Amino acid sequence: MRWMWIDRVVELIPREKLVAIKGVSLAEEHLHDHFPATGGRPALPVMPMSLIVEGMAQTAGVLVGHAEAFREKVVLAKVSRAELTEDAVPGDQLRYTATIESMTDMGASTKGIIELIRHDARGPGAPREIGRVDLMFSHLDNNMGGAQFPEHNFVFGESFRTLLRSSGVEIPA
Amino acid sequence: MTRDEIFDSVREVLVDALAVDDDEVTPEAKLIADLGAESIDILDISFKLEQAFGFKIAQGELFPEGVTQDPEFVEGGKVTDKGLGELKERLPHFDFTSLEADRSVGNVANIFTVDALVDFCERKLQTAA
Repeated sequence: MRWMWIDRVVELIPREKLVAIKGVSLAEEHLHDHFPATGGRPALPVMPMSLIVEGMAQTAGVLVGHAEAFREKVVLAKVSRAELTEDAVPGDQLRYTATIESMTDMGASTKGIIELIRHDARGPGAPREIGRVDLMFSHLDNNMGGAQFPEHNFVFGESFRTLLRSSGVEIPA
Repeated sequence: MTRDEIFDSVREVLVDALAVDDDEVTPEAKLIADLGAESIDILDISFKLEQAFGFKIAQGELFPEGVTQDPEFVEGGKVTDKGLGELKERLPHFDFTSLEADRSVGNVANIFTVDALVDFCERKLQTAA
């Protein structure tokens, strides 16, 4: 099993940009522990920011992986910048936009914007930016340390393929 | 572009890529030992230099790859004459004095200083001009 922190890819411009969305749901177990009621304070379910960073890592990782038809083992190597200014709560939708800044055989750097869409009685509000997450990815088989990894691409497994298929994204052969 | 201007741009890149303070980026500072750079940072720095200066950096051009793992270039934990020759040829922007004095393979990273990076950028800009 793999935790998927994006629900759907809504836009893909190969080698350039990928937009994905995630609905934050009270059905997610971790929201009951983050943060539980303590003492006189009621429970405060908010999406952990570390998982928002992971959501961007998956968004950008799919973009980088797609560029080489998922042949490369693309792993998150560095969080260059992570700034989030607002909490996402159950019922909110997160919109992740990742763009490739630089890419070589060895890896890629990406820039990311996170927007929040909050719903009210009239429907969904306009997306508003709540953060930026810039990342570096390494192509494992071309790593500078020269370490060897299994042939099988364990990064882009069935969960990612399902995500792409259900989003209508063609998976390169 | 003067050498001071190049240094300022390199410093900006390093402050951004390595989350270090301006005053830590001195010409003699070693990227790995003093500024804490890891292998992925070298790729990050390479990308950021490309953007700052508008030139392209080929794989292995900025930092040696494979040399220290090659038994022809390293013997008993020391860089061989052949290895040193190979490094000098591949990396004309480095000052090899310290490596010549101490050939330990662990010392290879120490030639990678801020000054070497400024030299590298200066050479690249001259070639492009």
